[in-house]
Amino acid sequence: MIHILQKYGMLFLVGPWPHGPLGGLGATLILAGLGLAGSLPIALLLGLARISPWRLLRWPASAWVYGLRGIPLIMIIFWAYYLLPVIIGDTVPPFPTALCAIIVYEAAFLAEIVRAGIQGLPPGQMEAARSAGLSYVQAMVHVVLPQALANMLPSMVNQFVSTIKATSIVYIIGVQEITYVAQQINTIEVADALQTYLILAIAYFLLCMALSSLAKTIERRLRLRQAGVSRPAGRPIRPQFGEAQ
Amino acid sequence: MISIENVDKWYGASQVLENISGRVEKGQVVVICGPSGSGKSTLIRTINALEPIQKGTIRVEGRDIHAPNRNVNKLRAGIGFVFQQFNLFPHLTVLENIMLSPLKVARMDRVQANQLARELLHKVGLHHKADAMPANLSGGQQQRVAIARALAQKPPLLLFDEPTSALDPEMVGEVLIVMKQLASEGMTMVVVTHEMGFAREVADRIWFMDAGRILEESSPEAFFTSPQHPRARKFLADILHPGMEPQPPADPPAAQAIRLKLQPQ
Repeated sequence: MIHILQKYGMLFLVGPWPHGPLGGLGATLILAGLGLAGSLPIALLLGLARISPWRLLRWPASAWVYGLRGIPLIMIIFWAYYLLPVIIGDTVPPFPTALCAIIVYEAAFLAEIVRAGIQGLPPGQMEAARSAGLSYVQAMVHVVLPQALANMLPSMVNQFVSTIKATSIVYIIGVQEITYVAQQINTIEVADALQTYLILAIAYFLLCMALSSLAKTIERRLRLRQAGVSRPAGRPIRPQFGEAQ
Repeated sequence: MISIENVDKWYGASQVLENISGRVEKGQVVVICGPSGSGKSTLIRTINALEPIQKGTIRVEGRDIHAPNRNVNKLRAGIGFVFQQFNLFPHLTVLENIMLSPLKVARMDRVQANQLARELLHKVGLHHKADAMPANLSGGQQQRVAIARALAQKPPLLLFDEPTSALDPEMVGEVLIVMKQLASEGMTMVVVTHEMGFAREVADRIWFMDAGRILEESSPEAFFTSPQHPRARKFLADILHPGMEPQPPADPPAAQAIRLKLQPQ
């Protein structure tokens, strides 16, 4: 395994860059990062539309969620691959194609998390905000969403982790991310397939692990703030009693 | 201040309010009481349009609350509402809870809103809790903050929906004291409550409700000394002497017969 890392380490990390486009782990990170950044705001709007009192918003949003949730990601990637050039009238490089597919697909899943997060709050919160004279939008922005987003965090992270892993499938349309790199190496080092793919697995695992622990820290901070525990400066937050470590 | 005319409300097929009419004058304290499920909470929630009505009109200061195309946000800003479950915003500090409406609805500047919030906290006796989170307050303290939050809207009218029902008994007093103080300052208040001591002492009028209707509307003296409606008499007997049967106890021979029956052969 060491010799594969020594020989192909840079290829795993950045692909053919700087002699070609950025690939490998770098491309995976950018694809996942942009995918999450793009799908989250869309998911927020979709989730809000799903619970909105107006049918005109509710129905298309529900169609988006139900429609895309029932289709494998790979179909959407294929469609994007053949459909985007028809719509735009020009060839579209693989990376933006994959990005579009991932955003559209993940937004459908995240929207359901957003909806559940909002509907999971006690209705008294919305009532109290509206009784104070706040508009529906103001109540959402200042009262409901800050609490709902904090509650959604664990499910969100779950979906984010799944998104990172889902990016592995886009090698099929030629995006040179880390799985693509592993495929290439495998065609050269045919005898070391197990080791090559073990490195690939470890790379994904570490990435998801890092995201999970970041989320855990944020979650704990939010919880402590709401519980009104102010942390003395410079001291690390200890896990709370009874919390699994 | 409030005029309610012939209001009907249904949940699906079941009618929860039936031909409700009533008036609340400026500076009055009206207590609505009645058994649970009688529609009193529903009624008070229709006054600031938290619940829609199907028939009739409700006017607050002459403006029809349920008129279509009515700017309901503006109307609600003039009506303070205090909930049974307090409904403080748990992600905001006590001070931020009170400042939210002044900042976002009345568009007050931050310094002014802060000053107002601190004055109101002082009024409810919680100025030392300004920076606390709601989760760190007792139920009684949370309800007092909720009252301060409602007062921050500078409303001419306050609605209370069972403000002490979710409290431990020893905390009921601190909330009632604040409410009595508000009443003595001339605040117009409509209060749904089971606190009959408060009703007798503070209320100007009592509305007794059962099965979605107002069965009796009278002064506290009249209501507590000689309730007219049999349901009101039953309700008062139940609430003032819980567990006691209104009928005279069974006569000794009958009681003996029961005891004999229960004895093992």
